[in-house]
Amino acid sequence: MTLTEKNKKYLLTGNEACAEAAIQAGCRFYYGYPITPQNEILTHMTIRMPQVGGTSIQVESELAAINMVYGSAAAGARAMTSSSSPGISLKQEGISYLAGSELPCVIVNIQRGGPGLGDISPSQADYFQAVKGGGHGDYHTIVLAPSSVQEMADLVFDAFDLADCYRNPVMILADAQLGQMMEPVVFNKKYEPVLSKKDWALTGADGRERNIVKSFYSVKGELEEFNAKLQKKYRQIKAEEVRYEETNTEDADIVLVAYGTSARICKEFLNKNQSLNVKVGLIRPITLWPFPSDVIQKISERAQAILTVEMSAGQMVEDVRLSVSGRCPVHFYGRTGGGIPTPKEILKKISEIVSVKEKVTCTT
Amino acid sequence: MLEKVILAGLGGQGMMLLGRLIAHALMLEGKNVTFFPSYGTEVRGGTAYYHLTVSEEEIFSPVIEEADALIMMNLPSYIKFKDFLKPDSKLFLNSSMIDKIDNETNVDIYRIPATKIANDIGNIVASNMVMLGAYNEVKNLVSIPVFLSCLKNVLSGRKEPFYEVNKLAIERGAEFVRNIKR
Repeated sequence: MTLTEKNKKYLLTGNEACAEAAIQAGCRFYYGYPITPQNEILTHMTIRMPQVGGTSIQVESELAAINMVYGSAAAGARAMTSSSSPGISLKQEGISYLAGSELPCVIVNIQRGGPGLGDISPSQADYFQAVKGGGHGDYHTIVLAPSSVQEMADLVFDAFDLADCYRNPVMILADAQLGQMMEPVVFNKKYEPVLSKKDWALTGADGRERNIVKSFYSVKGELEEFNAKLQKKYRQIKAEEVRYEETNTEDADIVLVAYGTSARICKEFLNKNQSLNVKVGLIRPITLWPFPSDVIQKISERAQAILTVEMSAGQMVEDVRLSVSGRCPVHFYGRTGGGIPTPKEILKKISEIVSVKEKVTCTT
Repeated sequence: MLEKVILAGLGGQGMMLLGRLIAHALMLEGKNVTFFPSYGTEVRGGTAYYHLTVSEEEIFSPVIEEADALIMMNLPSYIKFKDFLKPDSKLFLNSSMIDKIDNETNVDIYRIPATKIANDIGNIVASNMVMLGAYNEVKNLVSIPVFLSCLKNVLSGRKEPFYEVNKLAIERGAEFVRNIKR
């Protein structure tokens, strides 16, 4: 399977598009351990990596996978691992170490229902884990949330660039729905990315000072200094990398906030209910960290209310509330354990917030 | 144009392949498509189902709440999805495996003995293509030459001998529906 023809449409699952985009973005090291619903990533990597001279290993555990990513990233290569919720939990220690060692890499989470082993159906219940750390220490991963198969591919390219640019792990946070469904994809991005010069990487110290990649600081004060450096980097990312999409927000009475699959459902709702007496808009965060707080704050100054829709018991809604800071009411509608919100349910929730009726056009 | 179809059958009746091929053919014709398969713990003998949405506009929700058409290969599939039918939608039944159905009043029902037709032309596995022929005769959604070119890509190498019987199955399905119409 070669998928390298430019401008050609391929019908792929989100998982396949993710894996192929990684390869085309220059990822040559992939480590994975099977778990539904993301197995197509491992399968695609196993087929494609040998064709491009790369390495794809089905390792013995999630811990091995994330630590092999650490090794490849330390050597300056573009490396990736993927899993689904329970597997991502196992990787958290490694992700903290990667962030602490400032190593660029991409981690893909095709979320499934939890907690525990949960089930294999779509979920967005790993939001807290993804954006609030997950592992120990004061760190952040950049978190990108695609809502279509095409965007999955596009964001994987961007993920590798962002990781290299900031020397920071980047997570793609998708869900089983996006991983499993098929849509047309065009791979239009550059094939041979200009890999930024990694003069910190462990490439052999012949003729230069040796490099050290570590997350351990034993001298008093060093770690605080390092944390200050990390925080400065995070402030820069917050200032420069926020991404979101707005739909009909200009004069909306109610603004929905949703990402990924939930945002697709919200768009279906907007499309189906254009003749309501309330105007409804949508903000779709594309970066979950950094979170698009500023735009939500601005909207909260003029909207009647905000409704956050998630496939969780209410996680992103906490960041929405922080952004709104009490300027307008923030409501929540969520489904858990594999449930997917429906446009009808969203309409019902909105009619609980305000009185909703169909606009009647009078003819005399 | 917006068409939402649910395809369902026994694991092994070829609904995955059929849905994927329709999606692929429509993509080649420039349409937006979203194809969401059931995945994971499906087993041989269980119900495998697929949501296919086709549109000239952007497709929003990949999940179908109300279908324009159902293609149902066996009774458990029909029972599982009958409530997804909206008024004036079309119900395509493999009548070889579905004998009794509810008194559906608001929908057009097409009973196609797909398993029998496929068996009669020499390959019972082609029942999915019989259903495609019937569906497309009514809906005229897919260009059959484009569909056949997609099918040819799948049935290459050692599977090539099966191409002709699949092609014939599509024709027989279409023919069957034309005869009901008259």
